[in-house]
Amino acid sequence: MLAFILRRLVQSVAVLLVVGLVAFFLFRYVGDPINGMVGQDTPAVEREALKQKLGLNDPAPIQFLHFVGNAARGWFGLSYRTSEPVNRMILERLPATLELSFCAALFALLVGVPMGVYTGLYPRHWSSRALQAISLIGVSLPTFVIGILLILVFSVILHWLPSFGRGETVDLGWWTTNFLRWKGIEALIMPSITLGLFQLTLIMRLVRSEMLEVMRTDYIKFARARGLTNRAVNFGHALKNTLVPVITVTGLQLGSLIAFSVVTETVFAWPGVGQLFIQSVQFVDIPVMAAYLMLIGLLFVLINLAVDLLYFAVDPRLRGGGLARAGGH
Amino acid sequence: MMATNAPPLLEVKNLRVEFPTRRGTLVAVDDVSFEIAPGEVLGVVGESGAGKSLTGNSIIGLLEPPGRIAGGEVRLEGRRIDNLPYEEMRKVRGARIGAIFQDPLTSLNPLYSVGRQLIETIQTHKQVSAAQAQARALALLKEVGIPGAEHRIDHYPHQFSGGMRQRVVIALALCADPRLIVADEPTTALDVSIQAQIIALLKRLCREHRTAVMLVTHDMGVIAETADRVAVMYAGRIAEIGPVRDVIKHAQHPYTKGLMGSIPHLGERGGRLTQIDGAMPRLTEIPRGCAFNPRCEFRGARCLVERPELMAAGASRAACWLHDAKGVGAPLSKDGAKELANV
Repeated sequence: MLAFILRRLVQSVAVLLVVGLVAFFLFRYVGDPINGMVGQDTPAVEREALKQKLGLNDPAPIQFLHFVGNAARGWFGLSYRTSEPVNRMILERLPATLELSFCAALFALLVGVPMGVYTGLYPRHWSSRALQAISLIGVSLPTFVIGILLILVFSVILHWLPSFGRGETVDLGWWTTNFLRWKGIEALIMPSITLGLFQLTLIMRLVRSEMLEVMRTDYIKFARARGLTNRAVNFGHALKNTLVPVITVTGLQLGSLIAFSVVTETVFAWPGVGQLFIQSVQFVDIPVMAAYLMLIGLLFVLINLAVDLLYFAVDPRLRGGGLARAGGH
Repeated sequence: MMATNAPPLLEVKNLRVEFPTRRGTLVAVDDVSFEIAPGEVLGVVGESGAGKSLTGNSIIGLLEPPGRIAGGEVRLEGRRIDNLPYEEMRKVRGARIGAIFQDPLTSLNPLYSVGRQLIETIQTHKQVSAAQAQARALALLKEVGIPGAEHRIDHYPHQFSGGMRQRVVIALALCADPRLIVADEPTTALDVSIQAQIIALLKRLCREHRTAVMLVTHDMGVIAETADRVAVMYAGRIAEIGPVRDVIKHAQHPYTKGLMGSIPHLGERGGRLTQIDGAMPRLTEIPRGCAFNPRCEFRGARCLVERPELMAAGASRAACWLHDAKGVGAPLSKDGAKELANV
């Protein structure tokens, strides 16, 4: 178990180094960083001095080591656009994105799993067929269309919900949150639905097909033959057996939720890292883009690690220990 | 062995199981009737597709759709159970009727320890505290012969061998002291050496608990070893039913005779095994008259048109015109039979 975690940690570090390498090349070789920092009429001598000062004349491997060392301490340099430290810019906006992604994931899971269970248990019922058909729309409609439709209906026509921004937030010093003000919660609703809808349909369809599979197994039939209640059979026995693939997909989807909140944040003018990333792309703000890349890489690695650990919690067959004794009886 | 005047524990009357298909309705179990007395072991043999498992599943109320009971009735201790609402039947399953399935490797939920699965079943049917349920689970594991039950109770199914898992399955079936166990091919998936152990265990436990067993199998050896009576099924009907000794020694139905002839006996050197020509008809092509007639060496004209019901035949009952006063009718040449069958 411990060996497994250590092995995964080493792998995680390796993955992050590769992501770092890509970010570094982006940082160093896409355009000339000096051009981005100084005016057009800066004399060549000054440019050279700045280059020297920033260590851009060092050999590439040394520069990479510097980059990795700085990144490990959370330092990604100054933004070309605002001259602010990149890490502070990202940290300021991260809570907005994380809260949005969290709500979207919660929405996707809390609605998607029950819908999947229902359609899996009663595949021939008309409402299951209807949900299946609707889920197809959820899978195929692009995120921005859903967002704009929601804004049209609930903001423009009905005036129920704000069409953009975070609404009211509370600053806790290191974290700004939407959850403590009604206006903030209101502002979260539509972006969360927009962001989570695709994942919802994905989770629903996955849970459905897994449930259909599990309901055919002998141990479900045997659980029924033992006279267990429907509730125990459906949720205790069947649903738990669908969890391993659901955890895998949900974990990966959580990563994509954060990474691809870009579109949703743009539609709703949500002041998160996704929006920051879009602005950085427009201004070729390489340090911010590199830092964003590293951040998303880190989140994916952390989520994968959590997913692997969850497997152990769910499936006893993966926990080593007893396997050695399994042979004898 | 059983007192014949004891009221039956299980009564199956004219059971009919159908499968609606696009090309009409298939009758998979047709007019099957039998009884099981308290504590009795009834063996049910037949080839794959003869309807024996479907009969078992009908009794525990777990026919898989689209299969459905289209006629007849099932009574347990005098109470009709084939038409109970799901929730009522659920309370019967596990509590009054236990079930054992073919494959112990897949019968247990891989994610829960065997102890948890036992306790769950005990608490579903009995009003007992967690500690009492735990104690009963442990006692059951010991009773079915799991060595080191005290620490094995927390182990997961994958940590047990096939034979040990089937013991756990038997313990699960016995959790709430059912009066009847429907055992569907309980040893088919096991090694031959383990098979004998499991059968001996099942036999011992059911004798001790006075539990009746409906033992579904295609293994005549297992039946001979275990059952009090045996029902031989062919193409969805009972061909012959009677005390196990009589059916084995003095088979009355030509199909049973064929079955017995195809079993090798130790110590009988040089004797040839007989085989029954042909195969059991598909459900879509069950012939008119007696379903066995295309393969029967004794058939007569009557067998091709009139379906025999079970009738007294020696110490058993057999569905064959040979045992009717009017007999099988005019004898048929091989070709004549073909001609008639094609009509």
